Amino acid sequence: METGTAPQVRVNGEVLDLEGTDPCTNALDWLRSRGLTGAKEGCAEGECGACAVMVARPDGVGGTHWAAVNACLAPAASLAGREVVTAEGLGTPEHLHPVQSEMAVRGGSQCGYCTPGFVCSMAAEYYRADRRATPTGADAGADDAGAPSPAHEAPGPNGFDLVAISGNLCRCTGYRPIRDAAFALGFPAVDDPLATPAEATSSAPAPCRVEGAAGSYVRPTDLAEALRLLGEHPDAVLVAGSTDWGVDVNLRGSRAPFVIGIDRLPELRALERAPQHLELGAALTLAELERGLAGEVPLLAAVLPQFASPLIRNTATVGGNLATGSPIGDLAPALLALEASVVLEGPAGSRVVPLDTHFTGYRSSVRRPDEVIRSLRVPLPLAGLTAFHKVAKRRFDDISGVAVGLALHVEDGVVARARIGVGGVAATPLRATSTEAALEGRPWTEQTVRAAAAVLREEGTPIDDHRASAAYRRAMLAASLVRLWAEGGAPEAVHA
Amino acid sequence: MSGVRIPSDDLVVGRPLPHESAALHVTGAALYTDDLVARMPGALHAHPVQAPHAHALVRHLDVTPALAVPGVVRVLTGADVPGVGDAGVKGDEPLFPTEVMFHGQAVCWVLGETLEAARLGALAVEVAYEPLPAVVTVREAIEAQSYQGGMPRLERGDVESAFAGAAHVYSGVTECAGQEHFYLETHCSLAHVDESRQVVVQSSTQHPSETQEIVAHVLGVPSHAVTVQCLRMGGGFGGKEMQPHGLAAVAALGATLTGRPVRLRLSRAQDMSMTGKRHGFHTRWRVAFDDDGHLLALDATLTSDGGWSLDLSEPVMTRALCHVDNAYWIPAVRVNGRIARTHKTSQTAFRGFGGPQGMLVIEDVLGRCAPRLGLDPAELRRRNFYREGQATPYGQVVRHPDRAVTCWEQVLETGEVARRLEEVARFNATHEHTKRAIATTPVKFGIAFNFTAFNQGGALVHVYKDGSVLVNHGGTEMGQGLHTKMLQVAATALGVPLDLVRLAPTRTDKVPNTSATAASSGADLNGGAVLDACIQILDRLRPVAAGLLGCAARDVVVYDGRVSASGGPEDASLTWAELVSAAYVQRVQLFAAGFHRTEGLHWDSSTMQGSPFKYFSYGAAAAEVEVDGFTGAHRVLRVDIVHDVGDSLSPLVDVGQVEGAFVQGAGWLTLEDLRWDETDGPQRGRLTTGSASTYKLPSLSELPDDFRVALLERAHEDGAVYGSKAVGEPPLMLAFSVREALRQAAAAFGPEGVAVDLASPATPEAIFWAVEQARGGGVPPGLEAVVEGAPGVVPDQPGASAPPVVPASEELVPAPGLGV
Ligand SMILES: Cc1cc2nc3c(=O)[nH]c(=O)nc-3n(C[C@H](O)[C@H](O)[C@H](O)COP(=O)(O)OP(=O)(O)OC[C@H]3O[C@@H](n4cnc5c(N)ncnc54)[C@H](O)[C@@H]3O)c2cc1C
Ligand code: FES
Ligand code: FES
Repeated sequence: METGTAPQVRVNGEVLDLEGTDPCTNALDWLRSRGLTGAKEGCAEGECGACAVMVARPDGVGGTHWAAVNACLAPAASLAGREVVTAEGLGTPEHLHPVQSEMAVRGGSQCGYCTPGFVCSMAAEYYRADRRATPTGADAGADDAGAPSPAHEAPGPNGFDLVAISGNLCRCTGYRPIRDAAFALGFPAVDDPLATPAEATSSAPAPCRVEGAAGSYVRPTDLAEALRLLGEHPDAVLVAGSTDWGVDVNLRGSRAPFVIGIDRLPELRALERAPQHLELGAALTLAELERGLAGEVPLLAAVLPQFASPLIRNTATVGGNLATGSPIGDLAPALLALEASVVLEGPAGSRVVPLDTHFTGYRSSVRRPDEVIRSLRVPLPLAGLTAFHKVAKRRFDDISGVAVGLALHVEDGVVARARIGVGGVAATPLRATSTEAALEGRPWTEQTVRAAAAVLREEGTPIDDHRASAAYRRAMLAASLVRLWAEGGAPEAVHA
Repeated sequence: MSGVRIPSDDLVVGRPLPHESAALHVTGAALYTDDLVARMPGALHAHPVQAPHAHALVRHLDVTPALAVPGVVRVLTGADVPGVGDAGVKGDEPLFPTEVMFHGQAVCWVLGETLEAARLGALAVEVAYEPLPAVVTVREAIEAQSYQGGMPRLERGDVESAFAGAAHVYSGVTECAGQEHFYLETHCSLAHVDESRQVVVQSSTQHPSETQEIVAHVLGVPSHAVTVQCLRMGGGFGGKEMQPHGLAAVAALGATLTGRPVRLRLSRAQDMSMTGKRHGFHTRWRVAFDDDGHLLALDATLTSDGGWSLDLSEPVMTRALCHVDNAYWIPAVRVNGRIARTHKTSQTAFRGFGGPQGMLVIEDVLGRCAPRLGLDPAELRRRNFYREGQATPYGQVVRHPDRAVTCWEQVLETGEVARRLEEVARFNATHEHTKRAIATTPVKFGIAFNFTAFNQGGALVHVYKDGSVLVNHGGTEMGQGLHTKMLQVAATALGVPLDLVRLAPTRTDKVPNTSATAASSGADLNGGAVLDACIQILDRLRPVAAGLLGCAARDVVVYDGRVSASGGPEDASLTWAELVSAAYVQRVQLFAAGFHRTEGLHWDSSTMQGSPFKYFSYGAAAAEVEVDGFTGAHRVLRVDIVHDVGDSLSPLVDVGQVEGAFVQGAGWLTLEDLRWDETDGPQRGRLTTGSASTYKLPSLSELPDDFRVALLERAHEDGAVYGSKAVGEPPLMLAFSVREALRQAAAAFGPEGVAVDLASPATPEAIFWAVEQARGGGVPPGLEAVVEGAPGVVPDQPGASAPPVVPASEELVPAPGLGV
């Protein structure tokens, strides 16, 4: 028998039945069909945040916290066992929630279409348990020339991290009043019922099965069951955070009769430190990875804030990012530089594949259809000099035109080992092996850097497209190495 | 003690109130058109069949396979149209085309029980296309001489002799991209036939009256048989001025044919691939300066990318030509306009309506020429400002040119620009890989529809027996705060507290024959009409009050719900409700229709001369940016703005408009990148940045780190509603300050005084090439170098032999379909 509990979700305090929901029905359409029209569709691809709602999630330390997510991407069925709050659930026009009240009085809404989503993203941050007032506020980040820190990078005097609302787009306001509203917020009252989500505080997986007319959504108990289901249903689709698959469903008409939800499989959610390597569970969300590593791997700490938006990072998983095999994914170039391996688990057991032999062509890999990515393995010790350079049109939350991960071991002034991963310049993410060769064994000097940059410029086969021209991509490859040198790679800095 | 004192500084207008729907917005309780579907049981869903070619003939269309798809109810094709099968007012936009004119055009619509059924049905429709050659870019259109509409010429002075004698002549090309509106709410219509056999269409439209007209002519019924309502829109920005009509007509057609409500909501991808955008422009220019940097002459030919049909392209071009001067006096001017016909969406109104594209020309010219003239760009700009008594090239005297100067000087002063310029110089001297710059630019923008007839507005104000007030007016609410302002105007005019006044949704059966809520004129026109209605009512109430208070009618004062006699004793007063109820008993009419027409306007489009604008709005902005020399990425560090909105009706709303417009303008100029497939491949003509993941809007990270907006003080505008000025569009053009700062920061990577050409939008890649140019790397790819020397490269002069522009909007043809 396949596991499953009664598929229900609690929305704004009310328990609603999910039975009969198709696996391709997203949470936004489902909520709206229930009359909860506060959340809006602005794009249906995770870019605008008009659909944002709050979901109670395990916080990793035994409790729960509110995470804002894009309802347009999540299968409604994946909410089984969750607690959800929408803008309607936060307050009413007569009794506004503090977040709603600040947004209303400060002119944070003009047309109002983006507003319910903003309110949910903002409320999730409002309730963040470790948010603390920072008396110096935004001034704390001023740089040497006295310029203020970028708008979204310095927390407010109330500790509000603007990154939390950076996945929400507003076409009307220009954001200033929204920023002011966020920074004007106080702290939740002790008796605020939302301060602690009501959902059971355990982080145990909630196995479920939701049957709809067009197919089923199943969340198995463990990896073994997932693999068995995968074997039994050749047409099954694995879904973790659904940030990639959800876009395919909404925009490209992908449909699946059998969806296996692997986002809560305990085997895929470990973050372990072994003497020789770090093991990163495939179903960890990027947000969990960022919190869990807390800067331990500087190269990843450089990537994660530049990856999508916080709404996406709250759901998108590490495994999902690699499984798509996207040539413009951001993790692959970094993980290539870190010499990571992929741990694949199938009916015949597990195998460890170095990432640089994992991708075989455009969006294809050595992974067999009956295998699941279990984890990523990052060998230790880490290189001393690393950087991640992402070039895109918009500074944050944009897909890379070019992404470069760099990891250099410099010993006694000589490049002992160089690993460079690049994305956006070929059908797959690549290692820039010629450049690595041009660096290794050479003295770490500007001359070496310039010579190697010329080699890096010619790596891959970049094309002209709507993101960037081939010429610009080449220039950016070269610039990434020069920048590493200029921004702290020069010897004084290495030994500082 | 003497009686009531009306504190003139405490009127309801002028108070910084939040948006009237703010509490509904933040709680998700504010309803938009698509939110109504849940309240309309049995609604069908419409899905288009979109053509996969930029230009093709529809050889064969077979809908039978679609009808076999479960849940498909009907497929709408051209054969179903009882009236006129056209989505526009000019007869050049077939609703069900037999010749596909752009990639993604809808050839028919499938109605399904669910959206999924309609989608699958659309996939099943069989269409045979015969592809034809397509013109995709403006340059291709110029090459192929593919134009549409009139070719206006605006001329003043002796241009040729000005060039002949000039100390400095430069020639060049300036191109700018279009812009997707990206209102967060995509187009939506929900139509049904009501119990009185009236066709009711809920539509996200900025122009309900025209939507009504088009629905009526498609259905072949008189306008009185159709009512269009717009509750509110999730943004419009001009994109819902002309574009909703055809969509509303399809929904209405479906509803009349099936007898069931029909919902037509575009997905983001459909909206982007099917609806019009801001026009991109190509301009060839030559310009003459004297030795002091004074502009002597400008000779330019502007070619807009009109897309497949005319839409609003003619008035957009007219406004562009009327704004090439921006705030600058140019003695001799000859500017030609022509509209390219390309196989793209039909480009349309977008905040600024051609004004930004026209102004970009002169700002680009000044930014490129300043280093060549050896002048600081800010000094060059300041030197050329209009002075009292001077007139625009189209002959309108520039009133209040000193306000531009005041805004400019206040921005420099409060922004401490002089001090910060020194800091920037120090920063640049010590930073090899990042450079900063501050640029200041002015705005002068004409307010009113160029076409005089559109400058009228209507309102309907009801006072009920209990004293409560209901206001209807012809304008639509799209976030710009029009309804908030109208509530303030009504409360002020009647002298009642704000909470006594309610605003009802915009409907064509309440106020007919309205103009589009556009050209920033919503508050001017509808405010004038609301005011007129309120004054009529008050004039009828005064004698009633006078009788009760025993004073002269002219001494009756109504303020904050109290009615008293000026100079009379304080205790001898009535409440508003008492007055109203007494008036009812005395059989006094308690409701009124208000009307407003803007006086003093005239415009002759054959000569392109006249006084088309009621007044000019002014502003100035100083923007500081930082550019990364490795990638060309930038940050906006600080922006200071001083903007003229007259006496603000609603300061919170107005500041919001200024900020929002500025950020939207900066998006157009630095980030938003419309790209069409220009290759000869099978996807030619497809919008390659047609989704939220490929077309990037400004996000929170583009908000200037430090953003300071001030409204110009002592800015009363005579003859406007409570001395106020329009605000929706003008501040968008303050964003030129960002573009010019980026140019200057890029130049800072090169030797002192180097001139830099910057593509628009100034994406990181474009800025990177500008930085490379400054470093000695040559003109950026795709741009043309500025040519120096008299008499310059003369642009094409199409206007000489071409027909004058007579915007079809000015040909007031009787609405078809009436049979009268
Ligand atoms: C708005 C937005 C912004 C984005 N920005 C970025 C960005 O900046 N940089 C970037 O790199 N990417 C970006 N992405 C793409 C994003 O990285 C991926 O969508 C995400 O990491 C995929 O993870 P997921 O868990 O959501 O995958 P899902 O959507 O759940 O799955 C994606 C695919 O991977 C498969 N899969 C998932 N997990 C496993 C597993 N453990 N084993 C085997 N197969 C598996 C699924 O079967 C499916 O085919 C963005 C996406 C969106 C929607
Ligand atoms: S609708 Fe845009 S992110 Fe969900
Ligand atoms: S208020 Fe209109 S999109 Fe934000």
